[in-house]
Amino acid sequence: MEALRVQNLKKSFGGLPAINDVSLAVEGGERRLIIGPNGAGKTTFFNLLTGDLARDSGTIQLFGEEVARLPTHWRVHRGLARTYQIITLFPKDTLEHNIALSLMGLSKTRWNVFGRVPAHFFDEARTVLARVGLEASAKRPIAEVAYGEKRRVEIAMALAQRPKVLLLDEPLAGLSREERAQVKALVAGIPRETTVILIEHDMDTALDLADRITVLHYGRVIVEGTRAEVVADPKTREVYLGH
Amino acid sequence: MRWIVLVVLAALLPLVSGEYYINLASQIIIFAVFAASINLLLGYGGLPTLGHAAYLGVAAYLSAWLQLKMGWSNWTTAPVALLGTTVMACAFGLIALRAAGLGFLMLTLALSQVLWGTAYRWVSVTDGDNGLRGLARPTPFGLNLNEAMPFYYFTLIIGVLAIWMMARFVISPFGATLAGTRDQPRRMSALGYDVWMIRWVTFVYSAFWGAVSGLMFVYYHKYIHPVTLSLANSAEGLLAVIAGGSGTLAGPLVGAAIVLLLKNWASAYIERWNMLLGFVFVFIVVFMPEGVVPGVKRLWKRFASKT
Repeated sequence: MEALRVQNLKKSFGGLPAINDVSLAVEGGERRLIIGPNGAGKTTFFNLLTGDLARDSGTIQLFGEEVARLPTHWRVHRGLARTYQIITLFPKDTLEHNIALSLMGLSKTRWNVFGRVPAHFFDEARTVLARVGLEASAKRPIAEVAYGEKRRVEIAMALAQRPKVLLLDEPLAGLSREERAQVKALVAGIPRETTVILIEHDMDTALDLADRITVLHYGRVIVEGTRAEVVADPKTREVYLGH
Repeated sequence: MRWIVLVVLAALLPLVSGEYYINLASQIIIFAVFAASINLLLGYGGLPTLGHAAYLGVAAYLSAWLQLKMGWSNWTTAPVALLGTTVMACAFGLIALRAAGLGFLMLTLALSQVLWGTAYRWVSVTDGDNGLRGLARPTPFGLNLNEAMPFYYFTLIIGVLAIWMMARFVISPFGATLAGTRDQPRRMSALGYDVWMIRWVTFVYSAFWGAVSGLMFVYYHKYIHPVTLSLANSAEGLLAVIAGGSGTLAGPLVGAAIVLLLKNWASAYIERWNMLLGFVFVFIVVFMPEGVVPGVKRLWKRFASKT
């Protein structure tokens, strides 16, 4: 079954089209890599999928359901999760509190105005942190952990919600070689029940993860296919090498 | 434990002080409830408001008007005033929360200014600049609250209940999500939280406690004037929160005490007491920009680590 279908999606800022008639379909369980030069519209495309930005026109279907008119938080409740290119966490709070917030986001407990945050959210948070190798740092504030660990926390927050579709926006950006290997292993280990759409500039690493690749340029899909097909396409060479 | 000690000390206060200080303490408690309600928005929700006097003033006016013009008892006017003010806050929240930050600040200011102007001009209802006077204090269980000490204990009980209810609110799961919307609203949306709804619920809850402080205010003064709805009153509440330490439970209490002590005590000795108030705030902002409560904690930690 198709996890995501986007048709004729458009978004302009002023007169400048950032996403220009993009259509694509991603199968359930697929790993889709989205690449393109800076300014190609990759993050804008993610922001349209999540509802952070309102589209100008076009449709977005999540497992056959039209979600383009839904606000961001309703899309999350339908199984969409994301990470950000610039790490967006709660720096004063502990790692386990960050994960607990993520877990509570899909629970009715979030509306409880007179209890305490139930202990089971923190228990589950520590289990999630153990899965990404950060259990020992559970009680430390985010501000005190290394950049690579913050990246893993961000991915852990998204995974904690057991999403059906996960959008990863440059998860390897700014990481050392060792950290990159850790995050790559983490992404590779995501179960196939979760469809992963990934924006990444580190081709060597990202191409290994992807089933199919979409190349965006000036807000348009110019190439789409398997790794071999995309690499062999002259349009890819033109975009990346200028000839 | 510290809170219990504080409440016990507050309960003992009338035994060791005169009527003037008992009345001053009643005013501090009333103002502390008002400041704590602003703190829900500013400190925990990251929403600076300059219109919170609207809820204090409208609850006070409703209660006073129903008592004076309709002849209702305080037992009836109090719930109607609280309900009426809370319903008004539901509508004001819909308007004010169309923006955040400075936009929210200006919208809350504009809404409260509309009420302030109305209170001055709608003379047939509010008696305009004369205000509504001749009000009676409630008589719960037949107790006469006209004396300073019984009214103080009445205020203390309501004040403790109000602060406790607000404290429960901010340490609850909802309170954790509220702090999340203050720090990273976009991330909170991406985690499945309805940021607007969280803010609106907080706005209404905060207005409700502002209304409670309004009822206590009108019971204390037995009089209500349009100046209660003014920008200056909202700003004083905001200053109390900032001076005491926003986002802390004790901050608004300390801030309220600072503002009222300076207003009532210093004004008896210093003619230009407003200037003193200004200097104190400048001092706090320069040396403890996070507010007195977090500032003192920080200094204490530094002192403790050295010794």
